[in-house]
Amino acid sequence: MNTPFNFHLTKFSNEAEILRSEVREFLIDALKDIPKETRAETWYGADENFSKKVGEKGWIGLNWPKEFGGAGRTSMERYVILEEMLTAGAPVGAHWISDRQSGPLIIRYGTEKHQKELLPGILKGESYFCIGMSEPDSGSDLAALRTKAEKKDNVYIVNGTKLWTSGAHRCQYMIACFRTSQEEDRHGGLSQFIVDLSLPGVTIRPIIDLAGRHHFNEVIFEDTEVPADMLIGTEGNGWNQVTAELALERSGPERYLSSYILLQELVNEFSSRNDDEGVTEIGRQMAHLTTLRQMSVSVAGMLDEGANPALEASVVKDLGAVFEQDLPNIAHRLMGLEPDANGSDFQRYLAILTQISPSFSLRGGTREILRGIIARGLGLR
Amino acid sequence: MLNETSQLLSDSVERIFSDHVTKECIINSEKGEWPKDLWDEIVNNGLNLVLVPEELGGVGGSWFDAGILFKAIGKYQAPIPLAENITAGHLLSMGSIQLPENSIVTILNGDFSIKDNKFSGISKRTPYGSSATHGVALITNKNSSKIILIPIPKGSISNDKNLALESRSTIDFHDVEIIGSSEVEFSSDYIFKIGALMRSCQIAGGLEFLLEQSVQYANDRIQFGRPIAKFQAIQQELAVLATHAAASGVAADYACLSMEDGCEDLAIASAKSRVDDAVSICASIAHQVHGAIGFTYEHGLHFATRRLWSWRAEYGAGSYWAKFLGEKAVASGAKKFWPSITNGKI
Ligand SMILES: Cc1cc2nc3c(=O)[nH]c(=O)nc-3n(C[C@H](O)[C@H](O)[C@H](O)COP(=O)(O)OP(=O)(O)OC[C@H]3O[C@@H](n4cnc5c(N)ncnc54)[C@H](O)[C@@H]3O)c2cc1C
Repeated sequence: MNTPFNFHLTKFSNEAEILRSEVREFLIDALKDIPKETRAETWYGADENFSKKVGEKGWIGLNWPKEFGGAGRTSMERYVILEEMLTAGAPVGAHWISDRQSGPLIIRYGTEKHQKELLPGILKGESYFCIGMSEPDSGSDLAALRTKAEKKDNVYIVNGTKLWTSGAHRCQYMIACFRTSQEEDRHGGLSQFIVDLSLPGVTIRPIIDLAGRHHFNEVIFEDTEVPADMLIGTEGNGWNQVTAELALERSGPERYLSSYILLQELVNEFSSRNDDEGVTEIGRQMAHLTTLRQMSVSVAGMLDEGANPALEASVVKDLGAVFEQDLPNIAHRLMGLEPDANGSDFQRYLAILTQISPSFSLRGGTREILRGIIARGLGLR
Repeated sequence: MLNETSQLLSDSVERIFSDHVTKECIINSEKGEWPKDLWDEIVNNGLNLVLVPEELGGVGGSWFDAGILFKAIGKYQAPIPLAENITAGHLLSMGSIQLPENSIVTILNGDFSIKDNKFSGISKRTPYGSSATHGVALITNKNSSKIILIPIPKGSISNDKNLALESRSTIDFHDVEIIGSSEVEFSSDYIFKIGALMRSCQIAGGLEFLLEQSVQYANDRIQFGRPIAKFQAIQQELAVLATHAAASGVAADYACLSMEDGCEDLAIASAKSRVDDAVSICASIAHQVHGAIGFTYEHGLHFATRRLWSWRAEYGAGSYWAKFLGEKAVASGAKKFWPSITNGKI
């Protein structure tokens, strides 16, 4: 056996580095008035004005082909934008999902009508999409999903509930996976739809998370009539399409940078102390950060080469989530400060990240599911 | 996706090691025997000269190529100072000193001095000091550095071994005649850094071996009527091993690539720190999956794990390099932190 992973290191081009300077320059001004809490949330934070500014810069859909309004640049260049925004704590949450996966899905599987109507709004940072996969009885076991879409004339009638839908309350559309038929093979009979969330029969109810935030939602469909031409891709091919979408969902730098700010703040705190234990731990985390970044960048490089980095992305996401989740505990151990929403900047960052860190190894596929994928890659199952 | 030279090197080292580095070979070398056949094959194929430029009779390979060979040493637990010879080749070439014919070179670790062209000082934990014919040392004074080549047998050698029973000798040199000497532009810790790079790569290779062996064993070993690989607990453990092995490979590659842009502290220190963390996790999982058989001398798993436990402490343990990185980071301050990561320079 040889290792099934194919990480090979990729360097950023000069163009990418020029872009990096432009992004840094842009962020100085654009982030002036963004509060600390929002910065700590990185891609959980959403600010429509910010997203519009990013759209104006042409930095959404950067790696989409030009014929679809994208900039036709590389995934590596897009990666630069993402990592700079995340480490600066930019509130990218509003447009994040549509840039990352909904737009590319529409480009790959959508009809010309979908593309003409939907892509321009995404590119401008004005039109937002959410992900309708999970349901009350379908979490890790996505194929267990039950929300039904039954064809009747030129509409599909949808009944059921999507759960944990991030940002549904501020999105115009959901890309949803529904059951269109009952098949022997439980991966069969699924189809994807672009659902206009303003349709009659759609109810969006907030779910408040443990930090008291309204981030995700329950989205209920009651005899919702979705026009038949809003089915995207092929009827019954939902499983394959969702798998492709998940590869994009799992492959970015947001899978290891969620708590980055704490490491930077620790550097700040320990600049003025004499504390070998703290300094050593900071260095250790730098080594993890440096390595994860090379791994993550290599995944972007594979996307540019047209390879399928789904397995490598799972490796990075699993290691990345461990790293992100460790940082609040490490910050606690080194500083011994109470996480306090009304305390110092450091305490405020810690308050947010301590609370949201459990989600890092759940959202986008749990730790156990990712490790199952890796084990399959190793030939163990 | 390797270029042609890299692919050739990778193929030949895999071939030579899988032919020659048998269990018997490793056991004999643990008893102090020099694996002559293995070494001759390496030399005949020029693998010890990978970092020597073509005009000096070498392969003219890159540090990435050297890394391929370093990793293979760990993957096969080859009981020879190939990494040290490759590095010696680099150091000597930088000083335009020819590698002597039929030499086995090692790297000297210690504080040395020269007086009237005579070399003195004690080299500690010298890799393969018991078999080496020559040693390379770096001597740095206020504003100049010299690469020195000296004959090992002229020193007084006391042999010792590391946990993996690899020779690690203490050699006392007293007014020993220098064979070659040349001014170079290396910092005083250059050899130490390259040592960390070599060991990081070797460890990455060793972890690759642990992964392969453990997966193989899990598929073969039957308990409760099925291969233990079918138990989810085992699958999850091996997935963790795999992620850390993969990270170590990337950390090591990054360190090698950084040598092409000058020896970068960030990449090398990160590599040694990162692979050290991985060793703790991976060795523990590999042994756990192997059960009692992996705890025997008879089974070969320990040839890798004992090396990993030694190597992670050589040329600075992970904690040493972590502190090194942390000190630089706090000295530069938070504002420069992210740019230092993206520039690859700390
Ligand atoms: C903050 C946040 C945002 C989210 N946003 C979205 C969104 O926008 N859209 C969306 O569709 N979903 C979203 N999700 C849902 C997310 O995809 C699910 O939480 C995830 O897939 C796990 O499903 P579950 O929560 O039902 O847990 P379960 O699947 O019930 O899992 C519970 C535990 O059991 C383990 N487990 C389950 N199956 C196995 C198995 N076969 N082997 C071993 N262990 C197993 C899991 O790993 C986990 O530890 C979001 C979740 C969070 C936390």
